[in-house]
Amino acid sequence: MPVSVKLPSILRKHTGGEAKVEADGATIRELLANLEKTYPGVTENVIAEDGGLHRFINVYVNDEDVRYLGSLETPIKEGDTVSILPAIAGG
Amino acid sequence: MSIDLTEGQARRYARQISLIEIGIDGQRKLIDSKVLCIGTGGLGSPASMYLAAAGVGTLGIVDFDVVEESNLQRQILHSTADVGRRKVESAVDTLRALSPTIEVVATDARFTRANAFEILEPWDIVLDCTDNFPARYLANDATQMLGKPLVHGSIYQFEGQATVFMPGRDTPCYRCLFPRPPRTGPPAGPFGVLPGIVGCAQAAEAIKLIVGIGEPLVGRLLIVDGLAMEFQEVKIRWDADCPVCGKEPTVTELIDYEAFCGLPSRDE
Repeated sequence: MPVSVKLPSILRKHTGGEAKVEADGATIRELLANLEKTYPGVTENVIAEDGGLHRFINVYVNDEDVRYLGSLETPIKEGDTVSILPAIAGG
Repeated sequence: MSIDLTEGQARRYARQISLIEIGIDGQRKLIDSKVLCIGTGGLGSPASMYLAAAGVGTLGIVDFDVVEESNLQRQILHSTADVGRRKVESAVDTLRALSPTIEVVATDARFTRANAFEILEPWDIVLDCTDNFPARYLANDATQMLGKPLVHGSIYQFEGQATVFMPGRDTPCYRCLFPRPPRTGPPAGPFGVLPGIVGCAQAAEAIKLIVGIGEPLVGRLLIVDGLAMEFQEVKIRWDADCPVCGKEPTVTELIDYEAFCGLPSRDE
C-alpha cells in the first residue's frame, strides 16, 4: 500500500519540485528502491555505496529515526509517513 | 543570586511579568542569565534581538565577519548604513539601542577549536547561530565537554530545524542526530524569513530554559517547511555509541572540524 513520503528541498529537483510523493514498499529498503525507480537520483545521497544509509541524512517513519527501528529493514504500514531529512547548516 | 527589579525594568518587562509562567521571578532569572549567540547573521539576528528584548542580563555575540549588502535581505541586526562594518560592532549598536540596560559582550573573532573553550566558558546557555558544519560540530562537542546546553538552529533554502541539546549522558547531542556531515549543498537562498522563524524559536527555547517553563525541544527536532508553512516534529534519541556523549566517549578533545567535514584545515 502506498505511503506518503516527505522530501527535503534538496531532493525535490528529482521529483519535479514535489515535496510530498507516494511510494510503495513493505520495508524502507523496498520503498527507497521504488522511489528511485519513479524518481531516478532521489536516493543517491540517501543510500551509501555499501548499501546502508548515509549518516548525514536521516529517514523517519512517522517521528522515529529508522536507525533505531530496523534501519533499511524497518517495516512500513498503511498510514505511515516516511520523511527524508538531511543535515543542514545554513544560518 | 536574586536581584530586585528597578522601576525601569518593571515597566519595560511588564508584559512578560504579567505572564503567570514568568512573573517577577522569571524576569529576575532572565536578568541574571548569561546567553551567548555564536553568529550574528540570519539566525543570530532575530535570536539575539529577542533575547535582548526579553531582558537577558548578559548577552554575548561572536562573529568574525563584515556586513555585506546581500546580508541585509535577512540579517536584521544590520542596516544599510552598516555595510562594510564589523558585524559585532553593528550588532552591538542595534542590541544596545534596543536594550540599553543589558550588558552586551562582543567577541570579534572566528569561533575555532583554539578559542572555543575560552569563548564558551562564561555562558549559561549557548545558541548555535553559525552557518557551516565545522562550526556546528565544534559548538556541539565543546558545549558537551563543558556541560552547557546548546540551542541549535539551522536552515537551508525554505527549510529549518531547531532543537535543544543538553549536556550529559542519556540525552542526545548533535552527533546523535547527524553522526557525519554531508558535503555542503549548492549555495542557494535562503528565504529571508526562514532564519527569522528558526532564530526566534531558538530565542524562545533559551528563554524557556532560563525561566524553567514549558516543554523545551530536548529530544525533539522541530522541522519547518516554510513553503508549506508546515511544522513537523521527530524524535532525537540518545546514541549510546556516540563518540562525544555516549557511554564510552572516544572524542574527548576538540578535533580538526574542517577535516572532519572534508574541508581544508584552517590555519589556527
